Amino acid sequence: MVLTGAEIVIRCLQEEKVEYVFGYPGGAVLYIYDALFQQEQVRHVLVRHEQAAVHAADGFARSTEKVGVALVTSGPGATNAVTGIATAFCDSIPMVIISGQVPTAAIGQDAFQEVDTVGITRPCVKHNFLVKDVRDIAATIKKAFYLAKTGRPGPVLVDIPKDITIAKCDFEYPKEISMRSYSPVVKGHQGQIKKAVQLLLEAKRPMIYTGGGVVLANAAEQLTKLTRLLGFPVTNTLMGLGGYPASDRQYLGMPGMHGTYEANMAMHYSDVLLAVGARFDDRVIGNPANFAEEPRKIIHIDIDPSSISKRVKVDVPIVGDLKDVLDEMIRQLEAAPTRPDASNLAAWWKQVEDWRSRKCMEYKNSDEIIKPQFVVQKLWEVTGGDAIVTSDVGQHQMWASQYYRFDKPRRWLNSGGLGTMGVGLPYAMGAQFAHPDMPVACVTGEASIQMCIQELSTCKQFRLPIKICNLNNRYLGMVRQWQQLFHGGRYSESYMDSLPDFAKLASAYGHVGIRVDKPADVEGALREAFTTHKNDLVFLDFQVDPTENVYPMVQGGKGLTEMILSAEDL
Amino acid sequence: MRHVISLLIENESGALSRVSGLFSARGYNIESLTVAPTEDASMSRMTIVTTGSDDIIEQITKQLNKLVEVVKVVDISEAAHIERELMLIKVRATGKDREEMKRTADIFRARIIDVTDASYVIELTGNQSKLDAFIGAIDPALILETVRSGVCGIGRGDRVLKL
Ligand SMILES: Cc1ncc(C[n+]2csc(CCOP(=O)(O)OP(=O)(O)O)c2C)c(N)n1
Repeated sequence: MVLTGAEIVIRCLQEEKVEYVFGYPGGAVLYIYDALFQQEQVRHVLVRHEQAAVHAADGFARSTEKVGVALVTSGPGATNAVTGIATAFCDSIPMVIISGQVPTAAIGQDAFQEVDTVGITRPCVKHNFLVKDVRDIAATIKKAFYLAKTGRPGPVLVDIPKDITIAKCDFEYPKEISMRSYSPVVKGHQGQIKKAVQLLLEAKRPMIYTGGGVVLANAAEQLTKLTRLLGFPVTNTLMGLGGYPASDRQYLGMPGMHGTYEANMAMHYSDVLLAVGARFDDRVIGNPANFAEEPRKIIHIDIDPSSISKRVKVDVPIVGDLKDVLDEMIRQLEAAPTRPDASNLAAWWKQVEDWRSRKCMEYKNSDEIIKPQFVVQKLWEVTGGDAIVTSDVGQHQMWASQYYRFDKPRRWLNSGGLGTMGVGLPYAMGAQFAHPDMPVACVTGEASIQMCIQELSTCKQFRLPIKICNLNNRYLGMVRQWQQLFHGGRYSESYMDSLPDFAKLASAYGHVGIRVDKPADVEGALREAFTTHKNDLVFLDFQVDPTENVYPMVQGGKGLTEMILSAEDL
Repeated sequence: MRHVISLLIENESGALSRVSGLFSARGYNIESLTVAPTEDASMSRMTIVTTGSDDIIEQITKQLNKLVEVVKVVDISEAAHIERELMLIKVRATGKDREEMKRTADIFRARIIDVTDASYVIELTGNQSKLDAFIGAIDPALILETVRSGVCGIGRGDRVLKL
């Protein structure tokens, strides 16, 4: 069948069973938009800014096991998309971004709306392509989807010049793709797994530390089974929340800069550390020199060999798909003649419980002023712990991760790697499209929400009943916290003046806006949002304590054991 | 430590910038980088000379392997191998310097491949230190221009880098 390049693009998306494309039109993609118009299978979501298109596609991908798809025009469309692409790249999210490009003959001529999109995005994609021949479109898009979702996932960009979208050729979607230069490992090395199992069985102070990889690999079930089988304590990083049920006794909370005392102490003093799909990030292990002080054996399972022994020397590296490797570990453990030594384990748990009894997550609540932690706790109660929660970046993000207890994977969407303010609302959009019947809450701050606030308009158009919980402290709170603690209280440019009346702003966009001033009204407002206004977007503007800080805290450059547990420790 | 890394990469536009971009983005050193197609025109072979601790070299090879277009990566300096570099050097060659320059070239088994009444272009192949030695052996005031290809490397004997 002879089709135009534009028609081929859309046919490829159909073949990939793409339900939603998030995008924004422009000159270079007009033919693609025309082809989109003439079919119904692939639905398009018109956002209000390309950054939000990519974030929404990313949120769609994070909340499902699917590849997110975004479509933008050349020049400013592509540059606006870059923040979204980099955000997805840092968290290894499978995405395909299609960008228009000026016609082939105009490339390099400084044409109108021409930028070197492939060059600009090269360091923040898993791979990218410039399509130079209409006959290459189908194979390139097939490759793009394949690359995005296999191995360590990531965003892949396909840049298509306008003339290629009008050129014609015969269309056939390739059934299989094979690339001699790309063959990700799946199966873990048997011998290495055996070594790891032996170490785990002999451990005296074992600890399991897992990251976003567990969520991406859909290996939460395997992780839970393995952890229960071993009876070891476990911690999930910010990216890995929900990988193991937070309400379970073996779960110690999140590790790292704003992690729990017990998780950090157990990480630090463990003698065998099993790292699963995590990367020993500086926000997680603090100063690597400090971390290396305690001798411990490290087992590291990851799909990406370059993640292993990058920041911390690893004793037993295992490269492979987590699901596969964990399954094999479980199999070997079940077949093993021995079990972990019960008395050793009991002594270790006693120590861990001792750390846990410090109750590092307790905070002083108030009747006068709303504490941000309290809002998140109530959100958790009101939604029964069963909502998809997105967040932006700042204090509110940390409180959401600390006080909303995630029992399932793909319920917590945030920008962990790049730390991009502005993702919260578009992530919620992507998640709501993917799960129309689930409650979706966006926990944000008055600064972050303003970075993509135009999307309230998209939410109206598509009737997305997102619940925005704005923890409004009138500050770039996380910046203010650092200035208070490390810059002598000089609050340079961290106060947010001239804020809009968010409730009115929401209603101007056609949504429900509720301002909440008193602690006593928090629960009621949340209930109203999730019941009375179940089908509406509700913007809850909580006026929270502007001086509240996020604790516990490991200062940058310090070791995991040097924690500030509360304001009293200052 | 100095390492010589050889790799096979798809011969596609942009492939070189992925490799050079990787080095600059991650702060790795490149002493030299050469690239040209192999006998199979769809594939290029690159030789990269770099320096770094064992940990850094391990990361460099892992990161190179991770690039989608890279087919194979080998640190050929881990075992017996041969390195060669080509240098073209244009020198002033007048009066008594003319004869002296010819003699030095002969000692180094270099070839004079272009002659004018005032200059020579000398071609010399060898490992880096031989080229350096040649430069050291001639009067710097006589050097008009030098161009070096960067190192090409290949493993000895059975060690073959092929698809
Ligand atoms: C795009 C972007 N710009 C700047 C920052 C740096 N930054 C991190 S947190 C923060 C303050 C966020 O303020 P707000 O959204 O009100 O959240 P709060 O910390 O007050 O909860 C800033 C500016 C960032 N992460 N992202």
